[in-house]
Amino acid sequence: MEVLQPILAHFNHWITIFLMVAGLYVVVARGNMIKKLIGLSLFQTSVYLLYISPGKILGGTAPIIGDNIEVYSNPLPHVLILTAIVVGVATLALGLGLVVRINEVYGTIEEDEIFTQEDDDE
Amino acid sequence: MISHHLPVLIVLVPLFGALLSALTSRGSVSWGIALIAMVTTLAATIGLLSEVLHDGVISYEIGGWAPPIGIEYRVDLANALVILIVSTIAAVIMPYARVSVAKEIVEDQQAWFYTMYQLCVAGLIGIAVTGDAFNAFVFLEVSSLATYTMIALGQSRRSLLSAYQYLIMGTIGATFYIIGVGLLLTITGTLNFVDLAARIAVTPYDRAMLTALAFITVGIGLKLALFPLHVWLPNAYAKAPSTGTALLASTATKVAVYLLIRMYFSVFGIDNIIGDFPVLELLLVLSIAAMFFASFVAVFERNVKRLLAYSSVAQVGYMILGLSMATSTALTGTLVHLANHALMKGAAFLAIGAVAYQLGSVSLEKMKGIGRVMPVTMGCFVVAGLSLIGVPGTVGFISKYYLVVAAFEKGWWWLAFMIVASSLIAVFYVGRVVEVAWFSEPDKKTSELKEAPLSLLLPTVVLAAACVFFGVDASLTAGLAEAAAKALFGGSL
Repeated sequence: MEVLQPILAHFNHWITIFLMVAGLYVVVARGNMIKKLIGLSLFQTSVYLLYISPGKILGGTAPIIGDNIEVYSNPLPHVLILTAIVVGVATLALGLGLVVRINEVYGTIEEDEIFTQEDDDE
Repeated sequence: MISHHLPVLIVLVPLFGALLSALTSRGSVSWGIALIAMVTTLAATIGLLSEVLHDGVISYEIGGWAPPIGIEYRVDLANALVILIVSTIAAVIMPYARVSVAKEIVEDQQAWFYTMYQLCVAGLIGIAVTGDAFNAFVFLEVSSLATYTMIALGQSRRSLLSAYQYLIMGTIGATFYIIGVGLLLTITGTLNFVDLAARIAVTPYDRAMLTALAFITVGIGLKLALFPLHVWLPNAYAKAPSTGTALLASTATKVAVYLLIRMYFSVFGIDNIIGDFPVLELLLVLSIAAMFFASFVAVFERNVKRLLAYSSVAQVGYMILGLSMATSTALTGTLVHLANHALMKGAAFLAIGAVAYQLGSVSLEKMKGIGRVMPVTMGCFVVAGLSLIGVPGTVGFISKYYLVVAAFEKGWWWLAFMIVASSLIAVFYVGRVVEVAWFSEPDKKTSELKEAPLSLLLPTVVLAAACVFFGVDASLTAGLAEAAAKALFGGSL
């Protein structure tokens, strides 16, 4: 248990880092444009966790003013991430829209196949 | 009454202009709306600048919520200069846009182009005007998403690919920035620049802070195309519609450089950054690499738009060089180069856009003798090219003068030598274009061409003339930059 202690104490951060690195890896390693976008989404999503998890205070309630409520969680990260989610959705939508158009004009969404076509053009 | 709301109007006018443009279906109506919006924004910016010069820093509370809880728009000399660059270029390009866009973009997509143009301007001005780290991220994404779409509206199918690649890189950059801001939020509990600066000053500069700095540097570095994070830029600039390229090349990277300066000098505090980890030394090495490597690549480039794009990467190197020297003179060089490079690259890309309009191509081998049939256009290109090299009497000289003086002040004579040496490479890439355009015989196709239409010429001539005017009398640009650099160095916000 001694070994696990540092991991469990910062469990949220380990998950965040895992998602972050996994997402970034998919973006770099995959040639399929849809898969790249999924990786990018994963990468962005990890940031939501980075913001929200430190906002939670153990034993705290929802941030509502009332009697007997003294400890409450920080509401700011939630509001920020709500905005970030909108940005993420817009980015993903635009990315997918571009992939649809790329598929129409190139007939493929594999990056290496597209680059071969481009080399033939020149 | 209305003058009180200028800081928010410069963002709202292009934003609502974009909304109106999106509702129209005709390109010309959409252009009219964009023109009105851009001219209004420029007028508001000039009003704002005179207010800042007169009264000092302006703080505007969005929605009446006082900072640090509410979002604050904060205008000082540094961002007033950047906003002036963005809105001036955006307005000057507008007369050019109509003819060029009508030729390069199909009728039913023209309205969308002007929508994206205005959204991009709104986003860029937003980044510059805001005093809130998260708000800057939102505006960064507004301008980026508009930029991706603008690039995708280019003529070739390669435009789509460039837009996609830029989307991937740009989103990674913005996400890196927001990770850094998230770490700062966790450490300090605030997002307001002034509040952040105050709390960082009393927080021990530990590993978490360094990580935040690293994420923010890399994130913004991707956006401003800092070598070696520049790979998206040449394709994006080469494949966007000519008008879009001129706007992006003159404004987008400048705003990112400003954000980095703001983070380094106002938020973290430059004394904090000079710590155990050699952040500034790293930036210095990268910027020198950009100056040489990108200029070198530009020499061998056959597509003139790509050539100019690589030159942009090199010029960004000079800006970051000034930042990394971290003296008041060097920072003045950086800030004045933001304005100067916007003028020269704007003029160069507009001239090449006019060539593309008449010739239908921007590859060097097809431009033989084009200077003889389009003397005004290529004349402007030569002026812009001389500025890129840094010939005395042009704006490029002013920027490099400040950087060289800063290098000597630090006793780094080798750096002064490198600045001059890298400028010599610019002689080659500019020289190649000039040689083909002026000293080759026009072939059959080019000899039939005529000078570009007046609406294309006018904005190009205005920017080229500004390259000379501010090269001779730099009191406005350099004066503003010097005052802004002093203020940034004072640590005041």
